[in-house]
Amino acid sequence: MLRVIPGNTITAAFGIETGMLTEDQLADLRVYYGIDKPLIAQYFSWITSFLTGNMGYSYSTGVPISTLTKMALPVTIEVAIIGTVLGVLMGVSVGMFSARKPGSIRDFGGQLFGLLALAIPGFVLSTTIVTVMANKFKYFPNAFEYKAPWQDLWMNAQQMLFPGLVLGIAVAAPVMRTTRSAILETADKDFVRTAYGKGVPAKRVRFRHVLRNSLIPIVTMTGIQFGYLLGGAVIVEKIFAMPGMGRQIVDAIEKREYATVQSSVMVFAIMFVLINVVTDVIYRRIDPRIK
Amino acid sequence: MSLIQVSNLSIYTSQEPRVLVNDVSFEIHEGEAVGLVGESGSGKTLSALSILGLLPRGVEATHGEIRFLGRSLDDLDSESMRKIRGSEIAMIYQDPMTALNPVMKLGDQLMEVIESHPEVGELTIERVKEVLRDVGIPDIERAINSYPHEFSGGMRQRIVIAMALLLSPKLLIADEPTTALDVTIQQQILALVAEERQKRKLSMLWITHDLGVVANLVDRLHVMYAGRIVESGTVKEIFENPQHPYTQGLLSSLPSPRGASRERLSSIPGVPEKPWLVGSSCAFAPRCSFATDKCRQELPGLSGNSAHKVACFYPLGASR
Amino acid sequence: MSNPTKERGIVHYYLRSTSGIVGAVLLFIMVAVSLASLFKFTPHDPLYQDIENLLKAPSSNFWFGTDNFGRDVFSRTIDGMRRSLTVSITAVSIATVVGVTLGVIAGFIGGWFDQLVARVSDVLFSFPAILLALAIVASLGNDWYDTAFAIAIVYTPIFVRVARGPVLSVKEMDYVKAARILGYSTPRIIRQHVFPNVTAPVIVQIALSLSWAILTESGLSFLGLGTQPPNASLGLMVAEAQPIAAFAWWNLAFPSIFITIVVVGLNLVGDGLRDALDPARRSS
Repeated sequence: MLRVIPGNTITAAFGIETGMLTEDQLADLRVYYGIDKPLIAQYFSWITSFLTGNMGYSYSTGVPISTLTKMALPVTIEVAIIGTVLGVLMGVSVGMFSARKPGSIRDFGGQLFGLLALAIPGFVLSTTIVTVMANKFKYFPNAFEYKAPWQDLWMNAQQMLFPGLVLGIAVAAPVMRTTRSAILETADKDFVRTAYGKGVPAKRVRFRHVLRNSLIPIVTMTGIQFGYLLGGAVIVEKIFAMPGMGRQIVDAIEKREYATVQSSVMVFAIMFVLINVVTDVIYRRIDPRIK
Repeated sequence: MSLIQVSNLSIYTSQEPRVLVNDVSFEIHEGEAVGLVGESGSGKTLSALSILGLLPRGVEATHGEIRFLGRSLDDLDSESMRKIRGSEIAMIYQDPMTALNPVMKLGDQLMEVIESHPEVGELTIERVKEVLRDVGIPDIERAINSYPHEFSGGMRQRIVIAMALLLSPKLLIADEPTTALDVTIQQQILALVAEERQKRKLSMLWITHDLGVVANLVDRLHVMYAGRIVESGTVKEIFENPQHPYTQGLLSSLPSPRGASRERLSSIPGVPEKPWLVGSSCAFAPRCSFATDKCRQELPGLSGNSAHKVACFYPLGASR
Repeated sequence: MSNPTKERGIVHYYLRSTSGIVGAVLLFIMVAVSLASLFKFTPHDPLYQDIENLLKAPSSNFWFGTDNFGRDVFSRTIDGMRRSLTVSITAVSIATVVGVTLGVIAGFIGGWFDQLVARVSDVLFSFPAILLALAIVASLGNDWYDTAFAIAIVYTPIFVRVARGPVLSVKEMDYVKAARILGYSTPRIIRQHVFPNVTAPVIVQIALSLSWAILTESGLSFLGLGTQPPNASLGLMVAEAQPIAAFAWWNLAFPSIFITIVVVGLNLVGDGLRDALDPARRSS
């Protein structure tokens, strides 16, 4: 898809000098880069080599893309997981809190939280954190070189803190809404009344009966949000200097390096499919009625 | 000995307050079975739910007092009320298809009753199995590990009954437990509840719209119409000597085993009035063939003796 | 399902929703302020660099203070607001027209066309907005209409979805089948039966999409892919504020607050519309 965008690899690689190449040289280069074949053929050969692990070559860095991806993907996955977990924890608790007394002050508070979490842009929150933390409190672990969890767990944890928090807040907003409406719908059901009628303590009813039966929409939303974080963490990754897929894509786009962009996008697409599969498996475990 | 006393109970919707149950009073003595009979919308289910404090969101009981074993239930804090539910007063519900938690194993749901009431004593899964045997569940081991959707309506209702009986409650409230079931199953379930009641000497509150069903099950009954009680009495009195035109109408509409099979069932013309639209007049007046102006302008109160009360200015059988 | 005369009561119902009212008020303020900028009615010229007054705190002369080039933050903020609104409104308008048309036609015709449209929009929809917008903008350019176009593409799929749903369910309704049998022309059927059921969710979606579009647009300009300096744009102002925010907080605070207010306003308006148009008329 991206190949139809004007400005191809050659112009990117050679910049202004492209104009100075002779026709023959251009033709040779086209063969070398493989862009002389029709678009469909290019696409096929690309897919086959992708599936065998060869993602192509990144011309600007001089390194195979698979290597770049291998380093960047875990970073993005880690921050996406942390963001999703934090977001779900926050979202579900605020959602449950709000749903207990709909229309009350606490409900209003909960919904206000959801609204602000949604409306305050991630980059604003991140910039504010950077300003306050780095300048006022002189605490900014992300200023140091990035450390993977297996290199330095403590440093990694600290570096994940702020981006995870910002992403978590972004996730919390839709999760909270979904939780709240799912719980409100379930709370009126007959079996909840039966549970209270049996003398089951309120807290247990809320979790074991109400929440447990509200999970399906919550899980669906969580899956969607996780997928979103994988790609949508672009800005946060940039602000906190995390060497993840988001930054890889942004850099590649700026350098017009389609191979990298295409591979990265493919990686994302595969992850979305995987997430769907995993969510399906979880559905089966949650609800014994689904065959 | 009075087990439970409901006095002047009124139930309203919270928003734009609409009355749903209007000044209802009844009493159940120990060992007695009492019926609340009426059409849907008459307020019978809500009256029962308010005993356990299970009114749905948006509905409140704003007046009246409920005394259980002498204690006023309104004075109790929520924890004390919770302890009563399921162990001293238990309830079985109308629709077995929705009354059970779909994602929880039946055994767990039954054990939950026991676990929620540690104060009752040391009870184990054995007690659960015992009660399941009583209610007639075959293959108990499998049932305990199954989910509600694996069972039919009749079976599920047996489970609901078992849940209610687990802790030997003093009062069992049955809210039309057979309405949602097949006719053949209905008989089985009714027989089961009646049998259990005899065995355990339970006091019961039966809610139903079917006078025919209730005759064999209760000692006394109250007829409700548009949120009020219009007639109360022993079963014998009500059936042999109905005084309120509505009650008479209900009785005549029952298919009679003695009548010719070609006889048309009689029905009461019109539809029941909504409780909040009735002013201070007799709610049944629009449909009553004996109504006079007085009926349309004044509210008849309940009067009579301990065996039989009626709320009507011109009770049937009395001199007019 | 619904009849056209219900449109009469909508404003009345909308006014019963507190969130709707608050949202409308907020939105109105933001739009009014932007219009001021549109007609060049700002306290100071957003581009004028007053060298005597670098990094001044908010005062009666400079309501939101000045930035490191001596430019009035207030004027720049409302100017940036105007740009964001222009881009977003343009983008969402395109997305609505294209998306709803595609969705309605696809849903009505069915068959391979419907499948194709549905699949493609699902794929596009599963992509994070910022990523997609990024990719498109990077190859188009930095003019405001490039950004608008990119955002339009990003938000078209949701309109396809929102429009297609009611079409699919209405199509199966008996009165539509009757109309077809009776030979009513397709455009007429669409106009009379399909559209009324589609307009309500689409209107709500417009409000919501506008709020997302503003977030995406400011995200893009934060990354430098939107409005270029020295022009003002809310996202760009936040980016420019980063190095100086520690000692000149007003550069960060005010553009951020403005973005938040307009997004909150649009969301509340969306909620209000949803309550007003939903037949159940419940408040959330």
